[in-house]
Amino acid sequence: MVPLIVCEDLWKIYRIGDVDVQALRGINLTIDRGEFVAVMGTSGSGKSTLMNLLGCLDQPTRGRYELDGLDVSTAKPDVLAELRNRQIGFVFQNFNLIPRTSALENAQLPLFYRGVSIKEQRRQAAAALQRVGLAGREQHYPAQLSGGQQQRVAIARALVGAPSILFADEPTGNLDTASSREIMDILEHLNREDGITIILVTHEPDIAAYASRELIMKDGQIVQDVRRASHLSVVT
Amino acid sequence: MSAFVLLTVMTALRILSRNRLRAGLTMLGIVIGVGAVIAMVSIGQGARAAVQAQVASMGTNVIVIMPGSTTVSGVRGGQGGAVTLTINDAADLKKRSPLLSDTGWARRDVMQIVNGNRNWNGPVNGVSPSYLTIRDWSFMSGGPFTQADMESAARVALIGQTTLENLFDPGEEAMGATIRIKNVPFQVVGVLAPKGQSAQGTDQDDVIFIPFTTAERKVFGSQFLGSVGALFASTEESADLPEAVEHIRETLRARHRLEPDQADDFTIRTQVDIGKVQESTSQTLTVMLFAIASVSLLVGGIGIMNILLVSVTERTKEIGIRMAVGAKRMHILTQFLIEAITLSLFGGMIGVLVGIVGARLTTVIAGWPTMISLDAILTAFLFSLAVGLFFGLYPANKAARLNPIEALRYE
Ligand SMILES: Nc1ncnc2c1ncn2[C@@H]1O[C@H](COP(=O)(O)OP(=O)(O)OP(=O)(O)O)[C@@H](O)[C@H]1O
Ligand SMILES: [Mg+2]
Repeated sequence: MVPLIVCEDLWKIYRIGDVDVQALRGINLTIDRGEFVAVMGTSGSGKSTLMNLLGCLDQPTRGRYELDGLDVSTAKPDVLAELRNRQIGFVFQNFNLIPRTSALENAQLPLFYRGVSIKEQRRQAAAALQRVGLAGREQHYPAQLSGGQQQRVAIARALVGAPSILFADEPTGNLDTASSREIMDILEHLNREDGITIILVTHEPDIAAYASRELIMKDGQIVQDVRRASHLSVVT
Repeated sequence: MSAFVLLTVMTALRILSRNRLRAGLTMLGIVIGVGAVIAMVSIGQGARAAVQAQVASMGTNVIVIMPGSTTVSGVRGGQGGAVTLTINDAADLKKRSPLLSDTGWARRDVMQIVNGNRNWNGPVNGVSPSYLTIRDWSFMSGGPFTQADMESAARVALIGQTTLENLFDPGEEAMGATIRIKNVPFQVVGVLAPKGQSAQGTDQDDVIFIPFTTAERKVFGSQFLGSVGALFASTEESADLPEAVEHIRETLRARHRLEPDQADDFTIRTQVDIGKVQESTSQTLTVMLFAIASVSLLVGGIGIMNILLVSVTERTKEIGIRMAVGAKRMHILTQFLIEAITLSLFGGMIGVLVGIVGARLTTVIAGWPTMISLDAILTAFLFSLAVGLFFGLYPANKAARLNPIEALRYE
């Protein structure tokens, strides 16, 4: 079977004035279906840049990226949008919920752009909120929820469309330890029970410990790639 | 797609209701523009209908020939003592011009009219019986005087509604009553049906008709025997009017022995000409209001564009989020277009109300006739829709072309 993600010599160069910033310098990477990958590395090493490329939010300056056998490095914006809608879920450090819009409507969003009937959108979004433990908070606005709860709405939004990959860029970066654990437990569950591939950026070793594979980045390159038994299997 | 549109409309309404003052101010231009269109069309159509009624009240395919020449500005000159038209002219025209179905004549003077202890100063018209037919006068009671009355210079009179109200008590029988014109007794043999205002704005019902011969011999005095105030003619078909006018001009010039370099000593007007003069007045008004409406719609459109550009900037992050979860360019474009159209249609709706109220006020305060037409309302709606679409397109397109990752990062 084709790997889910295949990157060959991926470069991302930002040009600011006359200066070129090489955010990614020749990334080669293969990720299989069902993996739980943690990306670590110093600030500015290119972790977010890589996530955005893999998540089809941005396109590489150079190199080849195949998602599920499809070359997306040169795909048109609408093709990328379709991929993000059906294959990909995002969880961001700063939640990125639409303000003054209910938790339910935020969670509905991917289905909204899929042309699903309103009734079905609501039903599935409510189910997704229930999965992240937010039953009863459907009508709350983001501002009426705690940080941990907001991140759970974001996870509900990411999983409502049943994607094959979930990208989480420092999902616990703004949360306390207890909330972080809750979020990580949900992600781990999604990986183990639903088989969703998870790629997660973090600075904290105990968050990275949930993953079964760890990538370490430095200066736009992957300098270390270790596979190991995940934290939970160690405990059991 | 329908679920998408429905939810987008709901979202647009919610966003607009959050910024009511802003939305209201944005809509103002459209409100004024559409209001002006509605008021303009109502006033224009009201005026046109009134003019048409007035022109129709003249009769059918009427040609009026007045003594005196026409100056460049269209004002009649050489009046007063000018005695250039006679009953012989009328008779000759009838004989020579087969296009004319009838000719008549009239001469008028304001006189004192007395009934018992009431008296009234009003226009008394000495007319030929044919005049009454050409001008389409009809009767409430009684009927026209006859050729025999004309020949015998009978002292019979026909009175208009205004004259009736001024000379008689309410309920008093006018038919058969004797009134005195310049102290000469006349018997009322007909009461005319009302015609309302003329195209020139005079009250056509303030009138008395008596046979021309009687007027000449017994009322007006005989210093200009046979001369008339105006000649009237009519054709069967309105298409014949221009040719008939030329015929009349040639005949009269020949009869009056005018040299080729001499100007006409008479002026010919047709019903169509008179209608045109009135219509051009109401057209000036229409053009003015149209200008106001276009400018307001333009300003309104620019207002919508401006507020949408602000909104796109304010909501850049939201656009990024939507794109991250799979919104295509079409989706973002549609969302902002729907917001623009919602604004402009709301503005249009309020504008229609303002226009209707404005038209009503015009009728109540200025006394102008107005007619509110469904066509105008539909047109106004289409216009506001078009304004929303046109001016929404640029901001919406700008939003749709945002780069997802840059939009997401926007603070
Ligand atoms: N839009 C951009 N324009 C210019 N330079 C950029 C842009 N985005 C990122 N960079 C640069 O690319 C490099 C990698 O940035 P990136 O955000 O991927 O780092 P990171 O590993 O996610 O860091 P952190 O852990 O602090 O989030 C940095 O040097 C950054 O300055
Ligand atoms: Mg980062």
